[in-house]
Amino acid sequence: MKFEGKTHKFGNDVNTDYIISGKYKFKTLDMRELAKHVMEDLDPDFYSKISKGDFIVGGSNFGCGSSREQAPLAIKYADISAVLAKSFARIFYRNAINTGLPVVECDTDLIDPGDELEVDLAGGTVINKTKGTSIPAKPLPPVMIKILNDGGLAPHFRKHGGFNL
Amino acid sequence: MGQTIIEKILSQHSGQNTSANDIVVARVDFIMGQDGTSPLAIRAFENMDGKEVFDPQKIALVIDHSSPSPNDGVSGLHKLMREFARSKGVHLYDIGEGVCHQVVPESGKVGPGCLVIGADSHTCTYGALNAFSTGVGSTDLAGGLISGKMWFKVPETIKFVCHGELPKGVYSKDLILHLIGDVTADGATYKAVEFTGQAIDTLSMDARFTISNMAIEMGAKAGLMEADEKTFSWLARFTDKQFEPVKADPDASYADIREYDVSGLEPQIAKPHTVDNVSPLSEVAGTPVQQAVLGTCTNGRLEDLRIAASIIKGRKINPDVRFIVAPASKTIYLEAMRDGTLQALVEAGAAVVTPGCGPCVGTHNGVPSDGENVISTANRNFKGRMGNSNAFIYLGSPATVAASALTGEITDPREFIK
Repeated sequence: MKFEGKTHKFGNDVNTDYIISGKYKFKTLDMRELAKHVMEDLDPDFYSKISKGDFIVGGSNFGCGSSREQAPLAIKYADISAVLAKSFARIFYRNAINTGLPVVECDTDLIDPGDELEVDLAGGTVINKTKGTSIPAKPLPPVMIKILNDGGLAPHFRKHGGFNL
Repeated sequence: MGQTIIEKILSQHSGQNTSANDIVVARVDFIMGQDGTSPLAIRAFENMDGKEVFDPQKIALVIDHSSPSPNDGVSGLHKLMREFARSKGVHLYDIGEGVCHQVVPESGKVGPGCLVIGADSHTCTYGALNAFSTGVGSTDLAGGLISGKMWFKVPETIKFVCHGELPKGVYSKDLILHLIGDVTADGATYKAVEFTGQAIDTLSMDARFTISNMAIEMGAKAGLMEADEKTFSWLARFTDKQFEPVKADPDASYADIREYDVSGLEPQIAKPHTVDNVSPLSEVAGTPVQQAVLGTCTNGRLEDLRIAASIIKGRKINPDVRFIVAPASKTIYLEAMRDGTLQALVEAGAAVVTPGCGPCVGTHNGVPSDGENVISTANRNFKGRMGNSNAFIYLGSPATVAASALTGEITDPREFIK
């Protein structure tokens, strides 16, 4: 899986309340509707700034806080292709893989807002085209690659009738 | 080599002798979902071609986050949960029963050595009962509902050894805020933590739940304690089921062992807008507050309500403060009615809302206005958490919230404790 796009950069400890506020997520299962409010408390106009395929770039502990799966889903349905961060909170990380949102651990200090990136998930490489640099990414554990290859945990269950890791 | 508590529980539940960083598929003893996460889990269950749940007796759904429903959108999702529970024979705790993290322990189905998953990040609360319980998302929950299993990476463990006893007017909430401030919001990410030492041993179960509840605020997968007499006598109130306690081996391997002496600890406050932005209360004393909140899965238990009532009884809250109280469960609500605790709080000016999450998650029951300050016993103070990103949330103990409700500003509760 290969993606290209420009980056939107955020700081450390971006929590799931910021990704999608509780005041919206309890009301609906319409993820396109939730996506309109993604990152609203950090940047009220964020949704309108996204072009299809863009990346969200965070610092450390991205996705901390609540277990809401609406967080990776709101990002995915806002047409973000992947999230890059120095580290992720563990529930968000699992939820992202389970719902098919690619997450990449790498040194995001080497990325500035608006940089154009090329991300190759299988190869584990991040190319910063704006800066002409290559950033090493931490490979996903084999269990997660298996789930991602099946398209998420739900397709994995449909395919195998349960866990086949 | 010896094992930590979590290595032992995951070994027992996977049938393999595991240690940190292994990946295992383990059976789960209990599964919980709440109204913010279950609707998506039900959809994932259907996407997985789920037909029946693995064991209806080992599952609970709880309507606590927006309870009773504040609007038609939420009502539709609650209905979806009720219909799913009915069709699968699963018990649903409907409005007014309480917060998931109180009603699940009160069900008596979770105890020492159990492995529990819940679609709520504060599922780590039952670590105080010597269970490995952890928060998951809706899709992991759906996989569990179908198979009775989940995959886990066995985490490394950080051990917190807390020496001494908490001084008068300083509580387990102050201790856990202090620890989170020290290790920061990602200090235990991907790891489990164990809380041990005399300071933990001397705490009541209600006070211990507060500590395990907030393990996630340092990023931890679990906040484990060993079981003792207090654990078993607490459980005996709700079940006659026997549980096998799990102790860490003396030669278990830890990622870090951190030692603290709590005997000089002062009341602590987490300041806006992160839980690890902690300082001694004295640094923010005098900050005006317009709303005070007592309740939530962190501090809505009987002991918490009694501590607040002991400070407030016979006094009146400041006229410029709204004081909102949400008992953590119906059981607690009834006990607090019988022993006069609620009467003391209401006579002083408190507004008591339905047992549940109350105003903590920003859907109803007390959304603050622009520029207002809230002092709360909850576990999160993120910007916008209570439904308004222009408000400011400070976290403290039930005693601190009570004292601040009386004065209208952040106040050291020891001023009211003889």
